[in-house]
Amino acid sequence: MSMKQQYGAQKDSYHTQIMIKSTIILIVCIILTLICLIPILILLVNATHSHTELAENPSQFWFGSSLKENMNILLNKLPSDAGKAMTRVARQYSSVFNVGQGYLNSLIIAGFTTVLTVFFSAMTSYGLTVYDFKVKGPAYTFIIAVMMIPVQVSSAGFVRFMYSLGLINNFIPLIVPAVAAPAVIFFMKSYMKSSFPLEIVEAARIDGCGEFRTFVTIALPMMKPAMAVQAIFAFVANWNNYYTQNMILKNDKMMTVPIMVSKVLQFDKNVNYGVNYLCIMLSILPIVIVYFVLSKFIIAGVALGGVKE
Amino acid sequence: MASAAQSRIKSISYAKYGYMFIAPFFLVYCFFQIWPLIYTFILSFKGNQSNNEAFVGLDNYTTILFGQGMAAGAEATRQEFLQALGNTFILWFGNFIPQILLSLLLAVWFTDAKVKLPGKGFFKIVMYMPNIITAASVAALYVSLFGDSEYYFVNSLIANMGGDPVKFVTDPTISKGMVMFIQTWLWFGNTMIMLMSGIMGISPSLFEAADIDGANSTQQFFTITLPLLQPIMVYTLVTSMIGGLQMFDLPYLYHNGSNFSKNLETVAVYIYYNFNKGTVEQANYGYAGAASIIIFAITAVLGSITFYMNRDKDEIAKKKQRKRAEKQQKAKMKQGGGLTI
Repeated sequence: MSMKQQYGAQKDSYHTQIMIKSTIILIVCIILTLICLIPILILLVNATHSHTELAENPSQFWFGSSLKENMNILLNKLPSDAGKAMTRVARQYSSVFNVGQGYLNSLIIAGFTTVLTVFFSAMTSYGLTVYDFKVKGPAYTFIIAVMMIPVQVSSAGFVRFMYSLGLINNFIPLIVPAVAAPAVIFFMKSYMKSSFPLEIVEAARIDGCGEFRTFVTIALPMMKPAMAVQAIFAFVANWNNYYTQNMILKNDKMMTVPIMVSKVLQFDKNVNYGVNYLCIMLSILPIVIVYFVLSKFIIAGVALGGVKE
Repeated sequence: MASAAQSRIKSISYAKYGYMFIAPFFLVYCFFQIWPLIYTFILSFKGNQSNNEAFVGLDNYTTILFGQGMAAGAEATRQEFLQALGNTFILWFGNFIPQILLSLLLAVWFTDAKVKLPGKGFFKIVMYMPNIITAASVAALYVSLFGDSEYYFVNSLIANMGGDPVKFVTDPTISKGMVMFIQTWLWFGNTMIMLMSGIMGISPSLFEAADIDGANSTQQFFTITLPLLQPIMVYTLVTSMIGGLQMFDLPYLYHNGSNFSKNLETVAVYIYYNFNKGTVEQANYGYAGAASIIIFAITAVLGSITFYMNRDKDEIAKKKQRKRAEKQQKAKMKQGGGLTI
């Protein structure tokens, strides 16, 4: 056997091995993709079926034609010939799941918290990076130390304290605490350390630029990448935050999307499967759309969070 | 030698701006986090329900930990708390193990340069997707799909195939398994991406050298990837444990009707349920406070592990260097002084 033949055969077997491995991996990945997507797809399909269709056959695999009908029930815009039972269902759902109000409330909370978190975290990390002062070290140590404290630990005191201040059913306890986000500061400080040259601050000082103005007009634009990543995460986290919101908001007018979904889940009378699915779909739709638009960016952001030595 | 201008700039102190920049954080944090935490601590020494304002010492702790309290039903309270603690641990363990194994496997596959995998970006995007969906909605979705009777999606499929309906929501064991599955479903994409960035941080030359020496993928995994991935694995483990202690949305909402499922009661649910009992003035703040402080203690231990790992190593090295330099200078001065005499 010549040398070429011998190594050629080995090379071939190496190639087949890689091929087999790649195929197995591809199959596993496709299965996992299906597991991730199927619940969402079924949700979309079922939201387009009426209650009667779903009660007859709960396992529907293709889109129905009742999306509009379900939407009308949810919005309490039934045609005048609708039966009494239907009217009751519509009243029940529309009183709890007020789509417009819910989106608005969630948007207000998530929007304001995002702006506050990103701006003040950038400010704090700027203060800790640029200036030298006595408590700088201890302050940063403190921020890292409290990073891991879960909200649940202080929530009993938090609720009682907010109650005594008369801030139950108020957005303030949900929005203002966003100013203090230790994990975001930690992220931004490491970003500044690697990509913010302190000479720029010196140069601005020599040109007579005030300290706060230096921060707003020079440092903030330079921190845009880090801020954008953190803004997305802050927005998603606050949009999804059920725990704190449910603790503070008891008034029907102030309900956010996650609270409304949890209320719909608790109905035990006059349940309408189609409308149930529609409610869940409406609650995740905005965030899923935003995710697919920004997905590359988000994945890169998660990966950045993983770089730790 | 510094020029006159330089030394003049140095002489201007900017320290006050440093305080100004970090002040908002500390003010807000103290008001909305530190004080409520201290207040929770105080509440843990006070009574429950109508006995709200009375100081009861360690009564709440002895009740929930040992079942020896003044209030009636102390033993039941203890059992409920320990059950919640056990559930928290079981649910966390049951979702962490499959999650880390799956994520590790996928991360190794995705970073293997030899494997030709089309659509890698697409797979990553889809696998991360569950993580951004509202947990409350996820619970609602799974309850709607996995309801107990054949009027729900999965059980209707089982019924069509001639099987009996499975109690996915109310059975103590199966519902726990479901919550573990959903937690894994939610988090494996996130863990995978974290581990991937950790693996990509390992110098490729190590893998190349191993390849040339004839190590196969399994050997490479156990001798290169795993040891070098250890810090990030510990980080993932600790953050996941702390996250597990807070597990709330899913166990609280995965049920039918209006009461949460006792089989899935975690510590977070226990705390929440107790301070939400009855009216705001009449809730079980004592038990909730004591449970919170116990969780806080556990978190503090876990957190200090990550704290030591997240320390700014450069800064510490610098500090050491500075100290050494100072010492040397002092020693020199002494020496110098000695010489002049």
